[in-house]
Amino acid sequence: MTVYNQPDSNGHFGIFGGRFVPETLMPALIELEQAYREAQADPDFQKELDYYLRQYVGRENPLYYAEGLTQHLGGAKIYLKREDLNHTGAHKINNAVAQALLAKRMGKTRVIAETGAGQHGVATATVAAKFGLECTIFMGEEDIKRQELNVFRMKLLGAKVQPVISGSKTLKDACNEAIRYWVTNVRDTFYIFGTAAGCHPWPMMVRDFQAIIGKETRVQILEQEGRLPDYVLACVGGGSNAMGMFYPFLEDGEVKLVGVEAAGHGVDTDKHAASLNKGTPGVLHGTMSFILQDGDGQIIEAHSVSAGLDYPGVGPEHAYLKDTGRVSYEAVTDEEALKAFQVLCRTEGIIPALESSHALAQVVKLAPTLSKEAVIVVCLSGRGDKDVQQVARILEVE
Amino acid sequence: MANRIEERFIQLRQKGEKGLITYIAAGDPNTETTEKLVLAMEQAGADIVELGIPYSDPLADGPVIQEASQRALKGGITLEKIFRTVANIRQQSQVPLALMTYVNPILQYGAEAFVVKCEEVGVDGLIIPDLPQEETYLIRPTLAESSVALIPLLAPTSTEDRIKEITREARGFVYCVSVTGVTGMRQEVAGDIDGFIATIRKNTDKPLGLGFGVSTPEQAKAMARLSDAVIVGSAIVKIIGEKGASEESIEAVKGFTAQLKGALKDAGN
Repeated sequence: MTVYNQPDSNGHFGIFGGRFVPETLMPALIELEQAYREAQADPDFQKELDYYLRQYVGRENPLYYAEGLTQHLGGAKIYLKREDLNHTGAHKINNAVAQALLAKRMGKTRVIAETGAGQHGVATATVAAKFGLECTIFMGEEDIKRQELNVFRMKLLGAKVQPVISGSKTLKDACNEAIRYWVTNVRDTFYIFGTAAGCHPWPMMVRDFQAIIGKETRVQILEQEGRLPDYVLACVGGGSNAMGMFYPFLEDGEVKLVGVEAAGHGVDTDKHAASLNKGTPGVLHGTMSFILQDGDGQIIEAHSVSAGLDYPGVGPEHAYLKDTGRVSYEAVTDEEALKAFQVLCRTEGIIPALESSHALAQVVKLAPTLSKEAVIVVCLSGRGDKDVQQVARILEVE
Repeated sequence: MANRIEERFIQLRQKGEKGLITYIAAGDPNTETTEKLVLAMEQAGADIVELGIPYSDPLADGPVIQEASQRALKGGITLEKIFRTVANIRQQSQVPLALMTYVNPILQYGAEAFVVKCEEVGVDGLIIPDLPQEETYLIRPTLAESSVALIPLLAPTSTEDRIKEITREARGFVYCVSVTGVTGMRQEVAGDIDGFIATIRKNTDKPLGLGFGVSTPEQAKAMARLSDAVIVGSAIVKIIGEKGASEESIEAVKGFTAQLKGALKDAGN
């Protein structure tokens, strides 16, 4: 496989990516990119980041051989990358810690973030508390109603939760509002963007900060199996855990990479979040990628049982990797994800996040079709504690 | 190729007058009202009219225009209806018209088809707030062979290198974002509109339109001293939001436009 070297200097991944933002923000984005590149080249920054990833986040986390799940499915050997064991319960903290350190380095005293389900909001509020940064989280009014517990968590951590009442009052509007706020407060405010989407340099930066997932996995699987896996799977909403997992494997042509989107009620209904499978190229939140839109280019509401995948766009690098064929993208329904959620609970005693359950649902389909010598790695991007009430309601568990 | 916006600025300069550019959201609350409003604003002295294409995710707009976009979208506005509205206006008026649109509707329509359609119905300019210089390659080749002007935006945060490059490519006029609130990064630029405009003037003799946050005749007059034209949007859109599709709404917008134009006459050279 040829050397992978994306994005270009303007943040383009082929025809995707870029910076589709008001002129007002362009100098700030250029400054952010410069600061990021300097930090990446600075051993002191790397040392500090490494310290917090070990001592605060709890890395490295295990690549766990899921023997129970493997036997249950009766096919390929399945390994789980345990991002659920991180502090705050998901991969989001990897990026939040790194961006908070970058914010400090740039002399910013305030951080903002958007959040849908609240996981990135909690991760940002956490690092803001840790590093003494003033923190405002933008969250749609609808999501605030649906995610009371995470709202309370953020407030406990000292963050201000700013309800967003514009548009559909969900994640995409929270993004719009956070961008508007950043335009007006760019001098002292750092925007900790939560996923590998949005305008350049975020897709590159978030990917690089999440690549710790794939780097550790690559070393761990070589130790445990003596070879690279046949398949690596991860769920894709905006796509940060998947980009972080896939990136260190992109040049390993023999490793099949599979991203799993949320099909909601089904990709042929109007209630899904499968931007890569059913969307078309367009611009959302400053980047060109696959998006859900109507014939006039108006953005369509996404749907997924998993709030973290409920987004009508996707990171531009995924769009590029889909186009080049390096990664294949599947979609699983709410129902399939809920089944996989229960399968992991019962076979391994691990409650997965509903987001991660989408990747697991694809494993449930794939593993039995493969031989017992085949090896699958799946990114268990988060734990499901946040989802148990919702799942109980849906399954009517007594 | 002749362009109504460029011709209007030439006329204004010859007369020593400052231009008034007014903005409304197309289809807010319906296209009949939009047609009447454009003609009324022209009669009251608007030199150029900007029609906003309502968008689901207007990240460069404040609450007033966000709400107008939502009203128009709920009323069923589409690109085809907007083009028909422009064609109808063109049968009655030669007022210079610019479309202000986010980039995604253009891309979804097809950049080339969009520009061809603009020419066909009589649109003179495009203002695309989320298309910075670096990304204009998507539409520039098509525009090069057309009479439609791509009107770029400059912000108080724009560096002089960017100002130089952006104004060199500008057609129609240069849209200068004056706004407080969109402050600079490390340089203290907020409030220093004079310095911002001076830097632009140093680099170009193209006409400058100054907008964002201009809501009263007094402010328009003050801004006109620095620029060649003043752009007023939200203050007009707010009237439409309050008075809806009524005759009262059109009379109120007409009256306000006349007041703005009157204030600009006092600011002439």
